[in-house]
Amino acid sequence: MGYKAKFRVWRGEGGEGRLEDFTVEVNEGEVVLDVIHRLQATQTPDLAVRWNCKAGKCGSCSMEINGKPRLGCMTRMSTFEEDETITVTPLRTFPVIKDLVTDVSFNYQKAREVPSFTPPADVKPGEYRMQQIDVERSQEFRKCIECYMCQNVCHVIRDHEENKPNFSGPRYLMRIAELDMHPYDVLDRKESAQEDHGLSYCNITKCCTEVCPEHIKITDNALIPMKERVVDRKYDPLVWLGSKIFKRQH
Amino acid sequence: MERHEYDVVVIGAGGAGLRAAIEARQQGKRTAIVCKSLFGKAHTVMAEGGAAAAMGNVNPNDNWMVHFRDTMRGGKFLNNWRMAELHAKEAPDRVWELEAWGALFDRTKDGKISQRNFGGHEYPRLAHVGDRTGLEMIRTLQQRVVALQQEDEKLHGDPEAYIKVFAECTITRLLKDGDAIAGAFGYWRETGDFIVFDAPAVVLATGGIGKSFVVTSNSWEYTGDGHALAMLAGANLINMEFIQFHPTGMVWPPSVRGILVTESVRGDGGVLRNSEGRRFMFDYIPDVFKDKYATTEEEADRWYDDQAGNRRPPELLPRDEVARAINSEVKAGRGSPQGGVFLDVSTRLPAAEIIRRLPSMHHQFKELADVDITKEPMQVGPTCHYVMGGVEVDADTGAASVPGLFAAGEVSGGMHGSNRLGGNSLSDLLVFGRRAGAGAAAYVDGLARRPAAAAGLVEEARAEALAPLERTGGENPYEVHHELQRTMNDLVGIIRKAEEISEALQVVEKLKERARHTASSGSRIYNPGWHLAIDLRNMLLVSEAVAKAALLREESRGGHTRDDYPGMSPEWRRKLLRVAVTPDESGVSVEERVQPSMRSDLISLFERGELEKYLTEEELAEYDAAVKES
Repeated sequence: MGYKAKFRVWRGEGGEGRLEDFTVEVNEGEVVLDVIHRLQATQTPDLAVRWNCKAGKCGSCSMEINGKPRLGCMTRMSTFEEDETITVTPLRTFPVIKDLVTDVSFNYQKAREVPSFTPPADVKPGEYRMQQIDVERSQEFRKCIECYMCQNVCHVIRDHEENKPNFSGPRYLMRIAELDMHPYDVLDRKESAQEDHGLSYCNITKCCTEVCPEHIKITDNALIPMKERVVDRKYDPLVWLGSKIFKRQH
Repeated sequence: MERHEYDVVVIGAGGAGLRAAIEARQQGKRTAIVCKSLFGKAHTVMAEGGAAAAMGNVNPNDNWMVHFRDTMRGGKFLNNWRMAELHAKEAPDRVWELEAWGALFDRTKDGKISQRNFGGHEYPRLAHVGDRTGLEMIRTLQQRVVALQQEDEKLHGDPEAYIKVFAECTITRLLKDGDAIAGAFGYWRETGDFIVFDAPAVVLATGGIGKSFVVTSNSWEYTGDGHALAMLAGANLINMEFIQFHPTGMVWPPSVRGILVTESVRGDGGVLRNSEGRRFMFDYIPDVFKDKYATTEEEADRWYDDQAGNRRPPELLPRDEVARAINSEVKAGRGSPQGGVFLDVSTRLPAAEIIRRLPSMHHQFKELADVDITKEPMQVGPTCHYVMGGVEVDADTGAASVPGLFAAGEVSGGMHGSNRLGGNSLSDLLVFGRRAGAGAAAYVDGLARRPAAAAGLVEEARAEALAPLERTGGENPYEVHHELQRTMNDLVGIIRKAEEISEALQVVEKLKERARHTASSGSRIYNPGWHLAIDLRNMLLVSEAVAKAALLREESRGGHTRDDYPGMSPEWRRKLLRVAVTPDESGVSVEERVQPSMRSDLISLFERGELEKYLTEEELAEYDAAVKES
């Protein structure tokens, strides 16, 4: 049942830090976050880590485990060998505040730059009528728990600080797609996706899709269709207009 | 020290806090939202089933009166009836409003918001998005805040001119000017620096207290902060003895014990079985619910397709009944291998349908327990889920007894009586979040002058917060916390008796002493050990409130089951237990208050036969008079 695991955890604050080695007890059924909590309770009470629900629903405990972005609460210890050293480091794309906690304010900034849901002025609350099939596309994107692992892994900004001002990242490009596919949203978001949020930087390597803990098909269902819509819009505005009118008739 | 001036400070950024803040800002008030986690991570994201609102989209017979009756029944008639009335009447508007802010609920065939069945609700009533309704709600409210900020940026050139989020910031004290609220004191988790808010109105929306128990569905944030802050500011709590143990938490693996398995599993056809394969809930239908629930498996199964012609399956009894039934089965030796019972949907629905209706449950069991719920049953057992008790407030405005203090959502008390129905929480957040925001705005409008925090309060709060860091070689806060959780779980848990509660109170006394000597190593920067040492004060005060009220109430009702007083007593239904902090702040005291009689037009909505099970003779005479009059 229980065994001692070797953990190597990044510790530090104020721009400095190092990997520290720990030996820590692991019990059956535990996840990496449990082990981090045991370290806090028994060896390093001030070890900083974000977490909330511990059930993969809030997206707080994003970290890099053996170099891969993961939710600590959804990474079972049974997926590692008992003699393996498990290395836990903070998300690389964002500045470290302390230990495993990073400054993710970039994401909140980008969220605020996406124009909000804009319904037609004449539809009152309670009057919305939508078919299930029409809401399902956007619903997939609204499963997003904002763990920011897609933002973290996206090569456009992972090691390219200079791209951050011009690129909103998969999470917010997907948000634009979500709104664009919302049956009642009236804003034209295509040009802005390209011009203001850097959709063209994405060269569909699907890294974001691979790390998404909610298994949202970010690239296939949000980014590529959005790129196609941008192209349609640029070459044939009538196609775009037609599709909007058609959708509304449901 | 960093200092800000606001009209309204909302503490907590879950459903209630965000809805309150949106309302205050929409009424032109400069509003701060202060929350312990990042914006958008609040515990509301974990709500799964849906928001109860009598829109009548699926069954046109539904209306606010049916919802009101269900809520009062679920709460065993201990509810603040005015809150239950407002909630039932306003919930539909609050849900529709979310849709206008971008929420995408699941739909009916004619394009309306779909509604699902849930325990204790007579008709399909819960607006939902698969089993992630809470996430949809928090995201919609979060995005509404952003929309308002975008509006303010256009109008004032500053997105944070009228509404600003202070994330990862913990409030440790409310500040007062005489009797009235004057602001709040706290620290930034990120830096450990202190922060003061000068504000005439504070809305508490801090959620619950589950972190005082070992087996809980609640996150680390649920340390009863608002409950304790309110008491320390001079306000009262009511109904603290009533704690909801959700019947279906995960029981394995140990590290996820307590994590919620949504009630929708049962609403959508899932059944509970013991180790002998028996659907045991048929053995546990209490008299008060006898004519509403099916007595055979055949009738129960027919109900899913024909709800008008059949009675509901007993798996959908209110949560307190189901939790006690599971507890009894396990105690009788008919539990599952890991100490729960079986919840099976795999033999009830096709795999594709399970994945469509219960995607996050499928995901959660697959990832955390290596169980495929389309192929085998889940093992489940009761978990500490929700506190019915909270700050005593005015139903219409959310105002507490302290001028300038408001509360909404789980931290407030009364709405759910002794037991909350599933689905009534998300709608509660919206209805009373909005009302508390409006109440705070109106209060600020009515003030002749802005209050100013009394001299010395900030300094005292600062010293209190720093104490654990300044001590060396003291108690480990994690150990004190763990012992408190064990104590509350084992001695003031789902089944209670006088000796055990008294024993718990003795332990809490000792833990209070130990908590005064906790020492936290490390710096002030993002230091969880320090944060926990500070939170202990709140958890201990609240635990004492729960235990003392539980010891006094000598009956069993809803979320309070006394082994030594198993019956429900009409005399006790007339009593509210009100908790306040002692003058030296070292503990709490409890006093009995009379529960006000229901307004005559509301009580007339019930049949006499039903009320006889709950009310005293005196109240029944009032009922007869009310009926005669109408």
